[in-house]
Amino acid sequence: MPAVKVKLKIFGIAHDIMGGREIFVDVCGQTVGELRASLLKDYPKLRDLNSLLIAVNQAYASDTILIKETDEIAIIPPVSGG
Amino acid sequence: MIKITAKPIDVQKVIDTASSLGAGAVNVFIGTVRDNAHHKNVRWLEYEAYEAMAVAEIRMIIEEAAHRWKLLGWAVSHRIGTLKPGEVAVVVAVSTSHRLQSFEACQFIIDAIKAKVPIWKKEVFEGGEEWVSANPQMMMHQN
Repeated sequence: MPAVKVKLKIFGIAHDIMGGREIFVDVCGQTVGELRASLLKDYPKLRDLNSLLIAVNQAYASDTILIKETDEIAIIPPVSGG
Repeated sequence: MIKITAKPIDVQKVIDTASSLGAGAVNVFIGTVRDNAHHKNVRWLEYEAYEAMAVAEIRMIIEEAAHRWKLLGWAVSHRIGTLKPGEVAVVVAVSTSHRLQSFEACQFIIDAIKAKVPIWKKEVFEGGEEWVSANPQMMMHQN
């Protein structure tokens, strides 16, 4: 399967850690869980966070969800609205 | 009405939108910026949001509240950008037939917003700043 670059939208403290609000990553048939694992490996400071959720197409996604080329992916560090 | 806005919130408009002639109660929660946190003076807060998803998540919260407490009207407005102490960060308003439902629904909605909605705030102090609730202990960035 060819490597597919997907845009990640990065929010909150995660964009401080990852150095940008939008990052492109290769997701070749990856699941959400595999994407998280690779981000935690590439950006070790993400491991210090209370949580790191991933949203696919504007909804929280479970680890088994497969990422497609057309998906909108967002990295959601611990929320603090309100 | 679900609004994410960088402009100062029109609190009365949120209340008016939530109000209903069939309601005996309108309950309003107003979240304001405190001037202190962790024994330090807060200079300002910076709020950011994943706006499209925030609106979707707030809508799901409202739908649950509307079903559980038979809401007759509702409105939520959340501010983003730079907010100084005393400014209004969020307003939740609901109306119901009787008052008990209005208290419970309003609390449920703001608690759920704080737990689930993709909005983040950073506290800026003299000599440091911190993303709220990001880490088990404070992660201070020195200015």
